[in-house]
Amino acid sequence: MTATTPVTAPATEPKRKQRFDEGTGRLAATLLSPTLLVLGVVVLFPIISALRESLFTSGQHLDANGFVVKGETFVGLQNYADIFRGETGTRFWNAFYNTTFFTVVCVVLETVLGVAMALIMHKAFKGRGIVRASILVPWAIPTVISALLWKWIFQADGVANALLGTQILWSTEGWQSKLSVVLADTWKTAPFIGLLVLAGLQTIPAEVYEAAKVDGANAWKTFTRITMPLVKPALLVAVLFRILDTLRIFDLPFVLVGPHKDSVETLSMLAYDEAFNTRFGPAAAYATVLFVYIALVAYLFVKILGADVIGEARAKKPGGGKGGGRWKRSNAVKASASAAVTVSAASGSGRNI
Amino acid sequence: MAVAGSLALLATACGSGDDGNSSSGGSSAGSLDGRGPITLASGKDTSGNLQNQLNAWNAAHPNEKVELKELPEDADAQRQQMVQNAQAQSDSYSVLVMDVVWTSEFAANQWITQIPEDKVPDLGKLLPATVETAKYRDKLYAVPMTSDGGLLYYRNDLLAQAGVNQAPKTWDEMKAACTKVLALPAAKGMSCYSGQFEKYEGLTVNFSEAVNSAGGEIVGKDGKPNVNTPEAKAGLEELVNDFKTGVIPKAAITYKEEESRRAFQDGKLVFLRNWPYVYALANKTDGSSKVAGKFAVAPLPGKTGAGVSSLGGHDYAISSFAKNKATAIDFINFMASEERQKANVEKTSQAPTWASLYDDAGLNKQFPYLAPLKASIQNAQPRPRVVKYGDVTAAIQQAAYDSLSGKTQPDQALSDLQTKLQSLITQ
Repeated sequence: MTATTPVTAPATEPKRKQRFDEGTGRLAATLLSPTLLVLGVVVLFPIISALRESLFTSGQHLDANGFVVKGETFVGLQNYADIFRGETGTRFWNAFYNTTFFTVVCVVLETVLGVAMALIMHKAFKGRGIVRASILVPWAIPTVISALLWKWIFQADGVANALLGTQILWSTEGWQSKLSVVLADTWKTAPFIGLLVLAGLQTIPAEVYEAAKVDGANAWKTFTRITMPLVKPALLVAVLFRILDTLRIFDLPFVLVGPHKDSVETLSMLAYDEAFNTRFGPAAAYATVLFVYIALVAYLFVKILGADVIGEARAKKPGGGKGGGRWKRSNAVKASASAAVTVSAASGSGRNI
Repeated sequence: MAVAGSLALLATACGSGDDGNSSSGGSSAGSLDGRGPITLASGKDTSGNLQNQLNAWNAAHPNEKVELKELPEDADAQRQQMVQNAQAQSDSYSVLVMDVVWTSEFAANQWITQIPEDKVPDLGKLLPATVETAKYRDKLYAVPMTSDGGLLYYRNDLLAQAGVNQAPKTWDEMKAACTKVLALPAAKGMSCYSGQFEKYEGLTVNFSEAVNSAGGEIVGKDGKPNVNTPEAKAGLEELVNDFKTGVIPKAAITYKEEESRRAFQDGKLVFLRNWPYVYALANKTDGSSKVAGKFAVAPLPGKTGAGVSSLGGHDYAISSFAKNKATAIDFINFMASEERQKANVEKTSQAPTWASLYDDAGLNKQFPYLAPLKASIQNAQPRPRVVKYGDVTAAIQQAAYDSLSGKTQPDQALSDLQTKLQSLITQ
């Protein structure tokens, strides 16, 4: 009896409201649960299980009969400590240097070239469709295929040596193998930046340029004062994606130059090598270190340069949170920011092609 | 008869199963029982003949059909899929087509089943070197199906012009022949010799051949690394000096099988070390080869006499997690029979493991390289038979590559390699 009174007592207004809230909450939870479940299975579970795996080793000892002793041994942070020590340490820091070197050099080159490509593609001229299509061809080719393509170009009796009239052995250790990877990566991914910047360029209203013309701005001033600031959000997203991609570069140096080459060995290749030799614990540790490095770089990039990957979401909350304020400061025009978001969404699905 | 066989097997399995061995749980060795459909996990069949072979089995065994599971063409990718399959303890692969260097790793991890030698009646008729590749710690874990040995391809037209009538048997003879040939106007722009020296498995093969041919060894009979010796040094120095003096062209440091084959086909090399598959391609008269009909094959040369080839080829093993193992062993014996191997050689030119097939008159007519190939395989050495083969071959490649490219002195490279191998092989 007493139990029923609280339910029936606020019978009028508040109860109806409560029921409404409960209903939507439950509905939202029901509708979202499949998504969350799938995300949990395909994202959360692998990450946690990799983290767990990195604390174990297995299969590294033989018994008297020559059989591998089965079962996993908990070793704590041993796998992580081993990465930075002794011979593996030398190999790790070399790979770390290579990864960082490729990221810095390739992304800078790709950004410059990509912006140039976007400006060309944006111009109205006869045959623009063909130029656009041909610029985008490298991006459409899978990385492994383009790596093979460049491998043939760079082999001892290949096109590169025929053109240069020398015999540079590109795939041997040294600066030349690094250069070949930089060239091949730039060739393939500058169009990606070009594509994203082009999308940004197309959202800039023509009136802005007309106004600049009326004010008597020259081409350089127009570029630095109008084009660059307005295209910056799109460009930063593109550059961020390229940085994340290049930090985990694997297939290009692996196919173009080959595994176990000190000059081009990257962190992903180290993780692969460990896993290939069935040392899954250390492999998971390498992958985790790479994961942390990538996360750190992405965080710093967003913090320092104000690349705004989820800008629109923040913008929709007027005055909500510190993020909104920063967003307003770093982005002059809302339209171009939303363009960046659309483009980033589009590129997210196209990135692995 | 099949019932009797499996009963006998059951008995041996019970006898050997309970020896108090803590780690050999799960799939106990030798329990080859169960009949029914099986699968064959093999790399992509580029010859197109494997299905014909399987059809012959399927026609005779309608209740124990074998299904082909084609894996990628790349050997590393095949191994990876087989390892993954074993780690999931999946029964989807019954018989594994394994590269000869994987046996120790797969056997030590108990991913493949030990096969009692009396279950393979024709074992004694196979080339002994090939049978060695199927063993781990003197126990049989697979049955050799195809083999492969290195051959010396040489331009007999140019050698004849230079007045050399015999294939060289030693490195010195080879270089003397080169000096004469390269003095000919017809040999303008040619180099003497090449093998495969890119940093990959082929370098392990070529390095092993150089070391073994000079009387050295990488891993001794006792299973311990023994690479820091004068003999091994002589082998490695031979290659290093050939690079320095230009006997081997500079570009050869980037050569794999195909690059070196092209160089030979384009008439840039007098001598080439490669596998038998090159024979048919270099003899093509469709214009792709400039040396068709102008070359012959011989066993590899060595330091003081005939050289020692590294063994290639494939073995058939039974997955520990497979069902119907009795059918699997019957199927393997069927595929390893003289009749089936002969049919396979005729169609694909893959080197057989039966000694008698190398002396078959009809086959010799079709494949004139069979006689030198038999000599090559009979004298061949397997690459190091170690559990951590992936790490060992990477270490060998590192040492050899650094020496060939002049980064490290050979004796330093070998003593470093010795230390590295000791840490990898003592477990």
